[in-house]
Amino acid sequence: MTNSIQEIKNADTIFIIGSNTSENHPVIAAIMKQAKRAGAKMIVADPRRIEMAEYADVFLQLKPGTNIALLNGLMHVIIEKGLQDENYIKERTENYEELKELVKGYTPERVSEICGVDPEYIIKAAEIYGEAPKAGIYYTMGITQHTTGTHAVMSISNLALLCGNVGVESAGVNPLRGQNNVQGACDMGGLPADLPGYQKVFKPEVLDKFQDSWGSKLSNKVGLTITEMFKAIEEDQVKFLYIMGENPMVSDPDTNHVEHVLDHVDFLVVQDIFLTETASMADVVLPAAAFAEKDGTFTNTERRIQRVRRAVEAPGEAKADWMILMDIMNRMGDETRYSHPARIMAEIVSLTPSYGGVSYKRLEKESLQWPVPNENHPGTKYLHKAAIARGRGLFMPAEHVASAEITNDEYPLILTTGRILYHYHTMTMTGREEGLNKLAPHSYVEINETTANKLGIEDGDMVKLYSRRGEVQTTALVTDIIDDGVVFMPFHYSEGKANILTNSAIDEIAKIPELKVAAVRIEKA
Amino acid sequence: MQVTINGKQYDFDKGTTVLKACSEIGLDIPTLCNDERLVPSGSCRLCQVEIEGWGKLHTACTTQVREGMVIHTHSDRVIKARQDLLDMLISNHPLECLTCEKSGACKLQDYCYEYGITEGTYRWEMSKPYFDDTNPFYTFDARKCILCGLCVRVCDELQGTNAIGFENRGFDTQVATPFGEGLENSTCVSCGNCVSVCPVGALEPKSKKKFRHWETRTVRTTCSYCGVGCQMDLKIKGNEIVEVQPAFDAHNEGLLCVKGKFSYNFLSHPDRLKKPMVRKDGVLVETGWDEALDVITSKMKEVKKEFGSDAFAGLTSARCTNEDNYMFQKLFRSTLGTNNVDHCARL
Amino acid sequence: MSTVKLTIDGKTAEVSNQLTVLQAAKTVGIDIPALCYDETLEIFGACRMCIVEIEGSSKLQTACSTLVKEGMVVHTETERVVWNRKQTLQMLLDSHPNDCLTCHKAGECLLQDYAYRYDVNFRKHDGEIRPQLLDTTSPYILRDNSKCILCGKCVMTCAQVSDRQVLSFAERGYETRVIFGADESIEESPCVSCNRCVAVCPVGALVDKRDMDKIRSWEAETKIVGCKACEYGCEFEVRSRNRKPVSVVAKAPTNGRPLCLKGRLTTELKYLDNPDAPYRKLDKSFEKTTWDKALQITELLEKIERLEGSNKDGEGEE
Repeated sequence: MTNSIQEIKNADTIFIIGSNTSENHPVIAAIMKQAKRAGAKMIVADPRRIEMAEYADVFLQLKPGTNIALLNGLMHVIIEKGLQDENYIKERTENYEELKELVKGYTPERVSEICGVDPEYIIKAAEIYGEAPKAGIYYTMGITQHTTGTHAVMSISNLALLCGNVGVESAGVNPLRGQNNVQGACDMGGLPADLPGYQKVFKPEVLDKFQDSWGSKLSNKVGLTITEMFKAIEEDQVKFLYIMGENPMVSDPDTNHVEHVLDHVDFLVVQDIFLTETASMADVVLPAAAFAEKDGTFTNTERRIQRVRRAVEAPGEAKADWMILMDIMNRMGDETRYSHPARIMAEIVSLTPSYGGVSYKRLEKESLQWPVPNENHPGTKYLHKAAIARGRGLFMPAEHVASAEITNDEYPLILTTGRILYHYHTMTMTGREEGLNKLAPHSYVEINETTANKLGIEDGDMVKLYSRRGEVQTTALVTDIIDDGVVFMPFHYSEGKANILTNSAIDEIAKIPELKVAAVRIEKA
Repeated sequence: MQVTINGKQYDFDKGTTVLKACSEIGLDIPTLCNDERLVPSGSCRLCQVEIEGWGKLHTACTTQVREGMVIHTHSDRVIKARQDLLDMLISNHPLECLTCEKSGACKLQDYCYEYGITEGTYRWEMSKPYFDDTNPFYTFDARKCILCGLCVRVCDELQGTNAIGFENRGFDTQVATPFGEGLENSTCVSCGNCVSVCPVGALEPKSKKKFRHWETRTVRTTCSYCGVGCQMDLKIKGNEIVEVQPAFDAHNEGLLCVKGKFSYNFLSHPDRLKKPMVRKDGVLVETGWDEALDVITSKMKEVKKEFGSDAFAGLTSARCTNEDNYMFQKLFRSTLGTNNVDHCARL
Repeated sequence: MSTVKLTIDGKTAEVSNQLTVLQAAKTVGIDIPALCYDETLEIFGACRMCIVEIEGSSKLQTACSTLVKEGMVVHTETERVVWNRKQTLQMLLDSHPNDCLTCHKAGECLLQDYAYRYDVNFRKHDGEIRPQLLDTTSPYILRDNSKCILCGKCVMTCAQVSDRQVLSFAERGYETRVIFGADESIEESPCVSCNRCVAVCPVGALVDKRDMDKIRSWEAETKIVGCKACEYGCEFEVRSRNRKPVSVVAKAPTNGRPLCLKGRLTTELKYLDNPDAPYRKLDKSFEKTTWDKALQITELLEKIERLEGSNKDGEGEE
């Protein structure tokens, strides 16, 4: 997030797109509702009439895979009505003319055809966003999990820049991160091209710094992403796969393919708290301590670094992940020992400018939002205050492109997937909670009444879904929150697993799979 | 604004309530219905104070300080009034502190002790008993409810769910779900934010393990579910978490969701991995750390020698700490010599 | 002394044959409830809470008084045991006032702990209830016989100090009660306010009056300190709220020492910012006094003053 959670309270307009906030980020949703109550306007864009839509001034129920067209349409109307922030554009952005040229073609009527949204709603939403002094955009995987995900994010940034909403309190471009420490995992260099703090592996000065500190020779070759790793395994280039605290057998698209890959790899190590679907395929399984059993830090969606504290003992011989990794490194010849995670943080801080002022001592008293360059710096509530990080904000206009997989006679429905309130990711934790299983016991597929009637399906029927990659049996939930021709499945469940059906086609830039759009067929089981 | 409280002069900003003013100077005023996040309701009337020249007593939570105000927070008249209120409340409250789960963390109990109310003297009929056990995570016992309204206001003003409200009037008033459908059939999303603010034992979490508040210790930590990173206090008895309370002084401002508030039992689930396992003859068998790590490192050395650094790939975790992640990429980059590190940021 | 092996609730314990079943259970992490048992006191066997089932014996046995034997098989929480404990607790509660709401012992009361553990509650009944006879004559001890469960711990601990033996049982049956001296008030009795009895009382029958109204057990951050009045160092507990010490209560005597009022007052003076005024007993009544008199250091203080005073004079002359 460029901005902070608490700032939502003072936003004039809240634009939620591709985020089922009340189910996936319930506490942020509560704060949004508080803002709405205090007078903020709200726009919601989603293929399903989610709970937040009930609070919206305008609800745009768009077809999956048409975000860019919608965003371009909004910009078209804003420019046409002169609602853009001319001063901001002049002083803080570049490439505006190109954007203007591109969005010219996205009239409300054309966008309406692509997205399936009433042109009037598009105009109304554009007015609400354009007229707001401070408008924040909040999005999640509904934007990113498309082959055009990166371009959709750029389009969001275009819209925010157009109305002068970047570098402003209670506004901004705000991806809500799904997992507790996905921000931190990225910050710490859990990416193939990035050392901690997004310092690029191919920059010689960066490499020198880390080589000096670590006393080892590092590779300057950008590594493989998950999808590329799987491919490399199939091509026998990767022999040894180590998975820590992840469950690709449930979370990744095209499960049959994942299973084939994990089966094929020469040697698989899995480190986790339970014997997950993935762990049960491993050659070695290592028992890890869970969050309440170890010390450390998490970095949340608003870049806030916070302490995690050991409260109870880990079961049996389970150990904190960092300890296991340290033991392996020691056995491999790196003698560095850390007595406590605070010592690891000290090393991180010495190498990572954006974490430069972090210490466990400070974290005892406060939480810190990076960038926090030195120990006297209070942390950063919202980014780009004085100027956009790269200097001027660059408009990156993008055209609407259809999803990788489109419907046809054999697979006439669009399947989109997501999370629900009562479960979390692959259910490793929540699947073992009695109460949650009572409230959300099994997998299901949401089908519009019209679609269901055409197929002779009734609420509660067992149905079979087929895609080009596999088939799944699940329970039909007939509902009017989803449009005719679109169906939705939560991906958490390993029985009735949505990801057997999903497409592993990826966005070429960010390598994100298109989990939000797959063509399927449904039959009564 | 110059204000005199209990004979001493203080300065406060305009718009400060008398209750806030007192708390700023470290004066403890009893209140059962106040919550700084909510619009003051003045319903419990326990915070009333005497203001010179104002006639009757006034509730401190709804009265703002004025220039020259002279306030008495613990005069005989105030104390008598508070004692009467507590007497009335406890007269309509079951005396079950012996076994009540809330005992030791109950504000009614605290104030009765502070104001010397040992039992109710009003011999009236008790409110109609009503018990709702239908939610998997918490129970509602109307007999213990003191109608402070905190649960209803939090559900409405902060959580925006409006699952519960007041039903009936006068002595028959009750907190209830619309149309008496019960919590199970209401719009309740089990966030538990009402349970977190209940000052008495009316809304109680269903804990797997029996515990008393005085047996627990507290550890502040960060929730491990979504990216909001709510701060919370784990209440621990022995080696087990028995309750979770949201932090009120953090960015989540005392709010949590069903996962953060109630879903911590997985930690002590019998399926937890307790020993390393190594595949032998196609089957995973438990072993010690030494053997497991030996198997891994000898394989690492073998692969590195035979196929080179880029034959390794690793998925680090968005679920683990920063320190865990740092160590993971350091193992791959520094020890194994490859940048083949990624994680599920995209999923 | 030899070692025996026995089974308790399926767990194997290997212990000295001098141990009781209750002690043996403790070694394997099994907590058998007991109201009258205290490892520093003689075994009394009065409360019947610690009853257990021992295979081969048809009657339930009290675990506090039964010695372990080789091959013994003990069950501590069978349906029969639990039923009997519930009965015992119910009877105790029937003649106990329902005032945990404000009782000073709440939060550290064994009767409350066990009632919670076995889910037994107060009930309405027509039977007799012990009359409330509060003894408020001492500034150090508040006695409320209506809460007494007759476990005998106070009598036994007082009897351990040969020149005290102030507490004893009087009368019989339901009328049985604990008395001070010759059934006198605490003030009139020979009680020396050492608070040994308060430290062992499992319920609210004997409470520390100087701790009352200051803090409730669950609010307190506690620290055990050794008394500095003499080198034996009996244990006291300093109770604080928000890191500010507010009261001191007697915890346990050290070997060979009885606990004493002087020690308690010394500890209060050392740890508390604003201790209550000290009292001493003169001719069967308590009288407020000064700290120097209470600690019997008046003469010493005078001597110190004289010495330092003369020093000062000396300096003045130079």
